[in-house]
Amino acid sequence: MIHKCRSILWQMMASMMMFVLPAFANEEHATPLQLGLHEPASPQMARLVDFHDNMLIWMCVIISVFVLGLLLWVVFRYNAKANPVPSRTTHSVPLEIIWTIVPVIILIIIAVPSFKHLFYLGKTPETEMTLKVTGYQWYWGYEYPDHEGLAFESRMIEDKNIDESKGQRRLLSTDNVVYLPTDTNIQIIVTAADVLHSFTVPAFGIKKDAVPGRLNETWVRIDKPGTYFGQCSEICGTGHAYMPIEVRAVPKEEFAAWIEKAKKEFAQNNYQPLQMAFVKDIQ
Amino acid sequence: MTASSAHAHDDHHDHKPGFFTRWFMSTNHKDIGTLYIIFSIVAALVGGWFSMMMRHELGDPGLQLAENGQQWNVWITAHGLIMVFFVVMPGLIGGFGNWFLPLMIGAPDMAFPRLNNISFWLIVPAFLLLCASAFVDGGAGTGWTIYPPLSSDLGHPGMSVDMAIFALHLAGASSILGAANFITTIFNMRAPGMTLHKMPLFVWAMLVTAFLLVLSLPVLGGAITMLLTDRNFGTDFFKPEGGGDPILFQHLFWFFGHPEVYIMILPAFGIVSHIVSTFSKKPVFGYLGMAYAMVAIGVVGFIVWAHHMYTSGISLNTKAYFTAATLIIAVPTGIKIFSWIATMWGGSIEFKTPMLWALGFIFLFTVGGVTGVVLANAGMDTSLHDTYYVVAHFHYVLSLGAVFALFAGFYYWIGKMSGRMYPELAGKIHFWITFIGVNLVFFPQHFLGLAGMPRRYVDYPAPIPPPELTGMLVNPIKKIEWIISQDYGYHLWNYVSTMGAYLSGFSVLVFLGIVFYTLFFGRRAEANYWNVQPQVMTLEWTLSSPPPFHQFEIQPSVK
Repeated sequence: MIHKCRSILWQMMASMMMFVLPAFANEEHATPLQLGLHEPASPQMARLVDFHDNMLIWMCVIISVFVLGLLLWVVFRYNAKANPVPSRTTHSVPLEIIWTIVPVIILIIIAVPSFKHLFYLGKTPETEMTLKVTGYQWYWGYEYPDHEGLAFESRMIEDKNIDESKGQRRLLSTDNVVYLPTDTNIQIIVTAADVLHSFTVPAFGIKKDAVPGRLNETWVRIDKPGTYFGQCSEICGTGHAYMPIEVRAVPKEEFAAWIEKAKKEFAQNNYQPLQMAFVKDIQ
Repeated sequence: MTASSAHAHDDHHDHKPGFFTRWFMSTNHKDIGTLYIIFSIVAALVGGWFSMMMRHELGDPGLQLAENGQQWNVWITAHGLIMVFFVVMPGLIGGFGNWFLPLMIGAPDMAFPRLNNISFWLIVPAFLLLCASAFVDGGAGTGWTIYPPLSSDLGHPGMSVDMAIFALHLAGASSILGAANFITTIFNMRAPGMTLHKMPLFVWAMLVTAFLLVLSLPVLGGAITMLLTDRNFGTDFFKPEGGGDPILFQHLFWFFGHPEVYIMILPAFGIVSHIVSTFSKKPVFGYLGMAYAMVAIGVVGFIVWAHHMYTSGISLNTKAYFTAATLIIAVPTGIKIFSWIATMWGGSIEFKTPMLWALGFIFLFTVGGVTGVVLANAGMDTSLHDTYYVVAHFHYVLSLGAVFALFAGFYYWIGKMSGRMYPELAGKIHFWITFIGVNLVFFPQHFLGLAGMPRRYVDYPAPIPPPELTGMLVNPIKKIEWIISQDYGYHLWNYVSTMGAYLSGFSVLVFLGIVFYTLFFGRRAEANYWNVQPQVMTLEWTLSSPPPFHQFEIQPSVK
């Protein structure tokens, strides 16, 4: 039952933030008073938010408060003034068995949904398109192998060129936004060309290290149109904080229109078919 | 007896060698322990200075102190390596281990006194090499994990990473030698009657720690040597272009790195057990369970390493295995927490400063423990990996765990070590300032992590505040009002965290004041100044404060 409802604690915090802040339905980045995970934009993240808000956070709070309660009780009840003569108890087998078994049971309760979510996240279903992401020092390269190899690079917009009125965000907005269709199973292939990087979009519940010489795979299905931000999540040198990820999720028709436009825009890019053939082979 | 009486003239009670011989050529476990503790405090000031610069940098978005991201990366690398290898390990293992392990088992010294000396004198050049590396060729900005290819000649072509590698070689050699010494001492030099099952828990902790060191550090040594040859001699262990694999390094590093975190916390467990038992006037509850919980943590600690690599592309089944194995560690850890509480239960507790630190340790370690259970889940870790949630988690178990135990041990034993007592009220004030400060630093970082702020970032997405709202002395209410009026960013919790860091920095000054006062003006300590009860007495309390230069000339025996 507890799985089905958003936790009360979290709901209270969320409503508090709603009160303070205007809602930004189409933009997914952190907010000043944010206490929890991002609003999910994919079934993966929805599961993680559910797992965290309805189970893990309660495990944390209940165990911490339980231990704190015991400590406070001990402090008040068994201080030298209240209890001048210490007891001589040194062990209790039943008690020790209980505090071994009960944590085991708690862990099993956590492990069952944990494995379910892990396998859901980790097993890529039948996908309809592929996005290949390559990490460079310090920008991202994107390729659409199913769309005649559309390829472009995406760099952070420098602070001095940020125009907040256009919805641009300092350290988050990029010059070339990655468009992805909503309600589509998308395979994401991640690799790197120099050092390690990590491709992540918090609202999608995905994070994959970009490793040179390897093709890592993950997948996403975006529920809601909007602009989603992410940031490189593996230390990669001086520009580590300056290679954001900006994804715009749009309905399929709009996506098709963007593809046509982008093909013209990025036509002069030096596209390498050999590289893509390799990606196709391993799929 | 006849053999030793032949040397009695140069070895008699409390005869101390001259200054240089005593401190630079020492073979006395207590003097070497003192050297380790002094070294650890000096290194903590250096590592702490880095953290103050880091928190000041992140107090506001934009660049405050760092010139660029590389410089920032050098700071985080230096901070991490210094705190792990040159503060917590020398403090807990080299310092308290050397001082109290022989005393607790009734031994006159360590098994290999001269090996003990070289262990200490290897760590000093290691520290100097590491500090120097920050000033050479732009510094080593790789993170303490020194992952290639960032740490290979591709990412760091200069000499700095080579220097950092040599620093780790020396520190590693020092620790391996020290660990061999501890193991030999524990197995061969216990007083008659002290069976393994009668050993004090701190000695148990040191035994398990020493085994972890001996088994894990050679793997680090191998990994960084391979990295060194990759960098300088054309090998391709970790280079994909030569058929190598960067992920291999991560496996090797964490095969060492995960036991390493238990190396830092197990001695802390031992110290806390003694303090809780002393001030509750009760023996440790479930002694055998406590000892074997540490053994279990040590064993399981070796088979969970890839939970640091959930996003690196390891296979799904591997992730499932490491999730299960990691969750299991919560069980022996829980046994320890509950046994400490049960030790206090029914006790007659005195809240002296060391007990406050121990209570703080138990609670904050629990908080760090439950967030560890959250991170253990490979699925959940997809969101939290490499975010500030991880930073908050490991600082709760190490900065608020191991370092709290360092302070607890310091206040508990400083009378024994120096022969002088610290000022009680000042010790308590130091505890409370630190407690509030470090919680302000690290608790908000959970929120930053859940919101997705990545680790090791010199700058974060948030609007830059106007000039009248920058700097340390701005009215915090006005500042927070301004921050909340913005519609995006990680500014608020970073600002709170930085304020906490200033408070924690102040607490360090309080501590230094206490150390100074104690050593020069503290009142003289009796032999058993905590009035440790006979049923919980360990052997160090049977000796004077400070103990004679050579103790246990008549071997004690244990019933």
